[in-house]
Amino acid sequence: MAKKVLMKGNEAIAEAAISVGCIHFFGYPITPQTEVAEYLAKRLPKVGGLCLQAESEVAAINMTLGAAAAGTRVMTSSSSPGISLKSEGISYIAGSDLPCLIVNVQRGGPGLGGIQPSQADYYQATRGVGHGDLRLIVLAPSSVQEMASLTAQALDLADIYRMPAMLLADGALGQMMEPVDFSAFPKRDVPEKTWATVGHNNARPHNIVNSLYIDPQVLEDSVKARYQRYAEVEKNEVQYEEFMTDDADIVLVAFGITARICKSAVTAARAAGIKAGLLRPITLWPFPKDAISAAADHAKALMSVEMSMGQMVDDVRLAVNGKKPVYFYGRTGGMIPSVEEVTKEICSLANAL
Amino acid sequence: MKVVTVLLYKGTTDNLNVICGHYGSGKTNIAVNLALSQKANCPGSVVNIADLDIVNPYFRTADAADILKRAGVNAMIPLFANSNVDIPVMPDAMQTMFDPDKKDQFSFIDVGGDDGAVALGMYAERIKNCGYGMIYVVSMYRPLTADPKEAAELLREIEEVSHLKCTGMINNSSVGAETTAEDVLAAVEWAHTCAECCSLPLLCHSYYQSLLPELPEIFSAAGYGDEILLPMINVTKQIF
Repeated sequence: MAKKVLMKGNEAIAEAAISVGCIHFFGYPITPQTEVAEYLAKRLPKVGGLCLQAESEVAAINMTLGAAAAGTRVMTSSSSPGISLKSEGISYIAGSDLPCLIVNVQRGGPGLGGIQPSQADYYQATRGVGHGDLRLIVLAPSSVQEMASLTAQALDLADIYRMPAMLLADGALGQMMEPVDFSAFPKRDVPEKTWATVGHNNARPHNIVNSLYIDPQVLEDSVKARYQRYAEVEKNEVQYEEFMTDDADIVLVAFGITARICKSAVTAARAAGIKAGLLRPITLWPFPKDAISAAADHAKALMSVEMSMGQMVDDVRLAVNGKKPVYFYGRTGGMIPSVEEVTKEICSLANAL
Repeated sequence: MKVVTVLLYKGTTDNLNVICGHYGSGKTNIAVNLALSQKANCPGSVVNIADLDIVNPYFRTADAADILKRAGVNAMIPLFANSNVDIPVMPDAMQTMFDPDKKDQFSFIDVGGDDGAVALGMYAERIKNCGYGMIYVVSMYRPLTADPKEAAELLREIEEVSHLKCTGMINNSSVGAETTAEDVLAAVEWAHTCAECCSLPLLCHSYYQSLLPELPEIFSAAGYGDEILLPMINVTKQIF
């Protein structure tokens, strides 16, 4: 691949996955993520991989489970309603301690909703993506470059912690085009998959991949062991970016495409003499609660800006823990907040403080 | 050094022009710019642009509707574009584009990427009846068509589903708003190879005029004084 390429976010996800050895894909088409599968359908046969359009999202996620159990790097991708369909399988994957990548290029909901971008699956991704005590590592890219680099990271993290990871993008990031550089992904050491069900030739006890535990004590033990790994993720893997927060009176908290809009709004507010800043969570789980708590020590107020009716704002409030007021501004249903309207919100908040 | 407008980029303009190519190659930008340029050069003529993009509901001609309206270009967009029933139902007025007797009318059809050209097939007979030019837009910076052989493969696919033949190529090698003069220069030789591979005449190299006012001089200095350049405004929707 040429050093400099211009790609749609969806294509960048697909190419990044191939570049880190994820050459198995199972999915089902849905706007606005279809280019992920479309790109992989063209590329994977050329690199000895498999791109399979399943009969449904439910089939695709279970194929993903099977491929992960066999120890291969594997991914699936969909958009909001399709992720809901996959939720049972995602829980099975978490309960089976299997690594994989699940991509959600979000669109407006609930229900069939619309096809324009949204961030209203935050609760689903960080709280309720499947039944039972479980977590996903959730990464939120905010550029086409990050659609690529965080895809690569998510596959490493999934393998390291033996758990599913999700790339939580949105339709705008999926469809927009920016230059991407594939040469600069940091590589992590990934453990060997000694647990994979790849045949044993009677040389070792056979491996079992399973999420069914009839004995409640055994199930509790397995969940607790998994939560020790989750604690490691929370300790080691938090990522966020700060923009002009050092002396900020008003700290915006935003992720994904909304963070790009907020960056422009912060710059505009600064030009108008308002000390604004932006804290952008890159990992939504684990959530950067310590960084937000630290920001609340010096800021006068925080404002969560989202393409939803207000979901991440709950996590911001938990992190701030009453130290400072936390406000919310959002658009939903596929509407994208403009730089002007976010700037206006910052200005009216500054006047009220 | 020739910096040209639509009237000159290949010596003459067809009454009916079809713009096709790989998705993300810049078809919409080219189609809108050619239409605006045609109208600016021939204010008395009727200029139409039709958005036949059934593939991408996010970035398309329909987004540039205001600019086109102000310039006096008739924008024909799918009746339900940007709504939840976004289907390729074109307005009746689109039929007027296929009148072979209207010689003062110039029409530009912005086709969806790749096999989005299948929607063009239904108009193929009427388009042939009018006489037409069909431009294949290519970019060296788009991974799936960066290999000239792959660009040629895609061209055959587009021609197969649209039942039409391309007549020329525009090199729109760009990396978006961050494009530098070096990026454009680096694609000149590639464009000639690609055109040869596709057996199409290379009509011109397009570039964003706002970003590169100095490009014609740079082209001359690099020994590309004979290349034809097509300056364009960027009509891509801005989110942030």
